[in-house]
Amino acid sequence: MSGSVREAQEHRVWRFGADIDTDVLAPGAYMKLGIEGIAPHCLESVRPEFAGSVQRGDVIVAGPNFGIGSSREQAAAALVHLGLAAVIAPSYNGLYFRNAFNVGLLLLTCPQADLLQENERLMLEPQESSIISALSGRLACEPVPDFLMAMVQAGGLFNQLRQRLATQAAKVTNTPPHTSSPR
Amino acid sequence: MSPLPTPASTLAQKLIARAAGRNHVMPGEIVNCQVDLAMFHDSSGPRRLKPMLEELGATIWDRSRVVLVLDHYVPERDDESRRIVKIARDWAREQALPHVYDGQGICHVVVPQGGHIRPGMFCVGGDSHSPTGGAFGAYMFGIGSTEMLGVVVTGEIWLRVPQTIQMVWQGRLAAGVCAKDMMLHMIGRFGMNGGQYQAIEFAGDTVLGLSMQERMTLSNMSAELGSQVGLIAPDATTRAWLRATGAEVADTEHWCTDQGAALTRHDFNASTLAPQVAAPHSPANAGDVTQWAGLPIDVAYIGACTGAKLDDLRAAAGVLRGQRAAASVKLIVAPASQHDQRLAEQEGVMQVLRDAGAQVAATACGACAGYGDALVGGSTVLSTTARNFKGRMGSAEAQVYLASPYTVAASAISGRISDPRAFATVIDANGVAA
Repeated sequence: MSGSVREAQEHRVWRFGADIDTDVLAPGAYMKLGIEGIAPHCLESVRPEFAGSVQRGDVIVAGPNFGIGSSREQAAAALVHLGLAAVIAPSYNGLYFRNAFNVGLLLLTCPQADLLQENERLMLEPQESSIISALSGRLACEPVPDFLMAMVQAGGLFNQLRQRLATQAAKVTNTPPHTSSPR
Repeated sequence: MSPLPTPASTLAQKLIARAAGRNHVMPGEIVNCQVDLAMFHDSSGPRRLKPMLEELGATIWDRSRVVLVLDHYVPERDDESRRIVKIARDWAREQALPHVYDGQGICHVVVPQGGHIRPGMFCVGGDSHSPTGGAFGAYMFGIGSTEMLGVVVTGEIWLRVPQTIQMVWQGRLAAGVCAKDMMLHMIGRFGMNGGQYQAIEFAGDTVLGLSMQERMTLSNMSAELGSQVGLIAPDATTRAWLRATGAEVADTEHWCTDQGAALTRHDFNASTLAPQVAAPHSPANAGDVTQWAGLPIDVAYIGACTGAKLDDLRAAAGVLRGQRAAASVKLIVAPASQHDQRLAEQEGVMQVLRDAGAQVAATACGACAGYGDALVGGSTVLSTTARNFKGRMGSAEAQVYLASPYTVAASAISGRISDPRAFATVIDANGVAA
């Protein structure tokens, strides 16, 4: 059992159907705006009340093929902006899968996601590859590779790049001046 | 000691092995690949990359390997799009990017036409239709902006080596049936996640017989099949097309799937394929045109990287020659690139389309992505584009059907979804049949 406070939290479920696409998550008409302009319209064409009512720590439970469509990572970043703790679905679009981890959104691939009910409370144990539902018990998820788990914990690839560059810079400063690179 | 023989590999495995600096890779392995080319556009590129690069204090790993295309927000229509386009232009100048295409057309068409994508390369694009590059025997796939930042800073990207799903087409397509119909048929059969983010490879004598741009349509819509890439082994057609762009093409024999390589194979008969239509709101809602024949349409849209390349414009003109769009239909043609539009103009194809009543729109992504000239209201649209998700073209009320340029042209004339095979003699006479 993981000891972290975040994972011990309860997460309220918002249910969505299959094939939720990136135009529904981040509508083209708002793409010219920043994430704070896109997020209020996230999922509005299927559930108009979602963006206004979702609470930090809630989770989305969806049908197969979540995130089909465009490469726009705002479709994942909007959910991070709204405070979603994770998305749980039986399958994802591959490009969306990469984008989600890159922006720090946890995706759990759960073949039995369909058992989870609207509004129920869940516990997430991503390290143990499982979800605990008061109604359905412990549901198994596909393991998330360690390097992707680390990416989510860092808050996304950007933060990891920042750390990596800082480490490199520190190494450079510690070497004799005549071998150091300009930057 | 002689080296161990390399096991039989798929084209995808060979391309990845080269980029990973390995002799051989196995499906399921996670590898790090060196990127030969990174393409991005005004929407996914500078406006997202510039602030992130500045915050990191990082620079582009290799400018010569970067191509920027302004296609999503041009021509500028409002303050926001002007701002986004200005960021892209200023940044291109600041960074002295050597490869910039501004208002030349849609990235997936413009970048190959610039000779940037060649067999054997490993490429990423900041757009989901980036698998288009697979038509040239390059491993090319779409990524988001943050991942593009990672590539731009490091020149590398991780990858899980995919399985290969081979789509083998044999036989001759009927007049009025083309690559778009093949794709809609496959998406209808396997669904939008049928590709399971694996590598799809298109093969068989039908595919070998397709023109380069028709092959690009197959690879382009691999995105709608949910694969990571849509590869086609390069051949004489590929080499001839690339040489015409001025690109140097080395030997391409190595870039094919070996006999005996492990893969999943699906077979298709091209000669019995009917024109396909995909109903709202998914490309997977596809079936024979006869299922929807007679449905009145308000807009006939011939546009996008998927459906307005030179060969697509020729196909539409083949049907529309000497005809007029019905008074009830707004026919819009937005050519995929300036280059294609110029050639279509020289061949008289553009004149045929204008004579048929077409309104010619900007060579940009336009209404396809709902970014530019978005469609309004609850109209019924028949479109050569790749996606008909709810709201995609700018209006949640619009009913968007997808089809080939032949079918869209035939339906524009009658004002109703129509089978272009009724125009088969016209198409044959115009010499544009597949």
